[in-house]
Amino acid sequence: MIETILPALYILAAIGFILAIKWMSSPETARRGVYAGEIGMLLAVVGTLLRFEVVNYQWIFIAFFIGSAVGVPLAYLMPMTAVPQRTALSHAFGALASALIGTAEYYRETPHGFVMVALILETLLGFLTFTASLMAFGKLQEVLPTRPITFKGQNIVNLGILGAAVVLGIILIISPESTYLFPIFMSLALIFGVLLIVPIGGADMPTVIALLNSYAGLSASAMGFALDNKLLIIAGALDGSSGFILAVIMCKAMNRSFSNVLFGAFGTLQTTVGGKGDARPVRSASPEDAAEILGAARSVIIIPGYGMAVAQAQHKLREMFDVLTKRGVNVRFAIHPVAGRMPGHMNVLLAEADVPYDKLIEMEEINPEFPICDVALIIGANDVVNPAAKNDKNSPIAGMPILNAYEAHTVMVIKRSMSPGFAGIDNELYYMDKTLMLFGDAKTFVTGIVKELGAGRH
Amino acid sequence: MKSLEFGIWVFMLAAFLGFELIKRVSPLLHTPLMSLTNAISAIAVVGAILITGAEHASTLSRVLGFIAVVASTTNVVSGYLITDRMLRMFKKREPVKK
Repeated sequence: MIETILPALYILAAIGFILAIKWMSSPETARRGVYAGEIGMLLAVVGTLLRFEVVNYQWIFIAFFIGSAVGVPLAYLMPMTAVPQRTALSHAFGALASALIGTAEYYRETPHGFVMVALILETLLGFLTFTASLMAFGKLQEVLPTRPITFKGQNIVNLGILGAAVVLGIILIISPESTYLFPIFMSLALIFGVLLIVPIGGADMPTVIALLNSYAGLSASAMGFALDNKLLIIAGALDGSSGFILAVIMCKAMNRSFSNVLFGAFGTLQTTVGGKGDARPVRSASPEDAAEILGAARSVIIIPGYGMAVAQAQHKLREMFDVLTKRGVNVRFAIHPVAGRMPGHMNVLLAEADVPYDKLIEMEEINPEFPICDVALIIGANDVVNPAAKNDKNSPIAGMPILNAYEAHTVMVIKRSMSPGFAGIDNELYYMDKTLMLFGDAKTFVTGIVKELGAGRH
Repeated sequence: MKSLEFGIWVFMLAAFLGFELIKRVSPLLHTPLMSLTNAISAIAVVGAILITGAEHASTLSRVLGFIAVVASTTNVVSGYLITDRMLRMFKKREPVKK
């Protein structure tokens, strides 16, 4: 009986998933999308539980229980600043699941031909994404050093290990009975995942997370081929293409290629450039000065970066936004696609701090506004406003699209010190005549500005 | 072989559909999008259930399947819940003007 309605349930689930993504196109319909996805998932899981092959429920329900017990706190207790870590962790879980299912299938069936091809793809992507995502988690959580770690011949070693894993995979496809090779294949994939992330620095995390998202999806899709399950193929393909598009968007936003992100070890070699400019004069200002200028402005564009997240300044920033908006100042936020540690990171943090989302403006839309804006306030961002990307052809960030903060009438930069940014490149913007450096911790400084603005009203 | 060919058709169409749909997602929502697609691909739980619940599963595949069910259930539950939690924060509010 269930076997006749099961395809219908799976088809409905697929429709649910597709609608879920379709409705994500706008914040107004997005929550409906989550419900559609949940219903789809529920139908698929219930349908599968009722299949006649499934006879042993005990372990499944214990696993459901443990998974929920881990999942609920993971969703509700994670602070929004830790969302990139959580995402990396969930990619690790997803990849682990599909790798282990592939492994179990292999030892159970020892399949031949095309199923084995799908299975090898599934386990290769699954295992390497598992360790790579754990490494990304470690770097984002700062359990591991966030700077890129490089050594001589690194790319050759990495590609050699990947190559060996692929060769073993092919041998296993040709003769699946060589079971002794499978653990070696598995270990190589696991090791490659670790090595893949070792040379990646924090600023490249948005691309890498998106790419790992794609791999996890493709692994699930390969599982669909191995198990001959269309729903898995569809869901995996949707996830795979989503991660891929996001990775492409991130790469474009940095004017770099995939291979450059993965093998370029950005941010290690450019220190020589930054070392020269330390003696140049800059103009600095106090919170009082900053408050006065902001209070007198008609339009202000705030450019947040990862530094804002580190300093947890978003809530204070919203208070400043409120005070200024009340005074009739047009305050908007300019969001660079790669600001933060994952795609969309800044938007989520500011939305959590209750900044209305229609004030969060994308790069293409806000850039024409800079010449007519009074103040560009940069907080915790550096490379995404560096004019060297436009003017200096030899700069490591040459060609990267930036927010044109230098066109504003006054530029203010909240920064801890004059140390160069992640890419290790000096920023011409800081030495311009119209630039005021606001040295200090972002949160403390914004608090100071808010206090001054409040005091000035009496 | 028929089923393989069919599978490739499905994959191709789904991938193109994915490209078209995701291109239209506002950059505002890229973080929730990623957690949503992650939850969706946790549909791998279906495969995990089949492995774990099979009648004559070996201990090895029972254990592997069990871990896989735990991992993908975690993703399903936390993925949907945190996506919803994030989306609830996106509010369009006309700031109070004086």
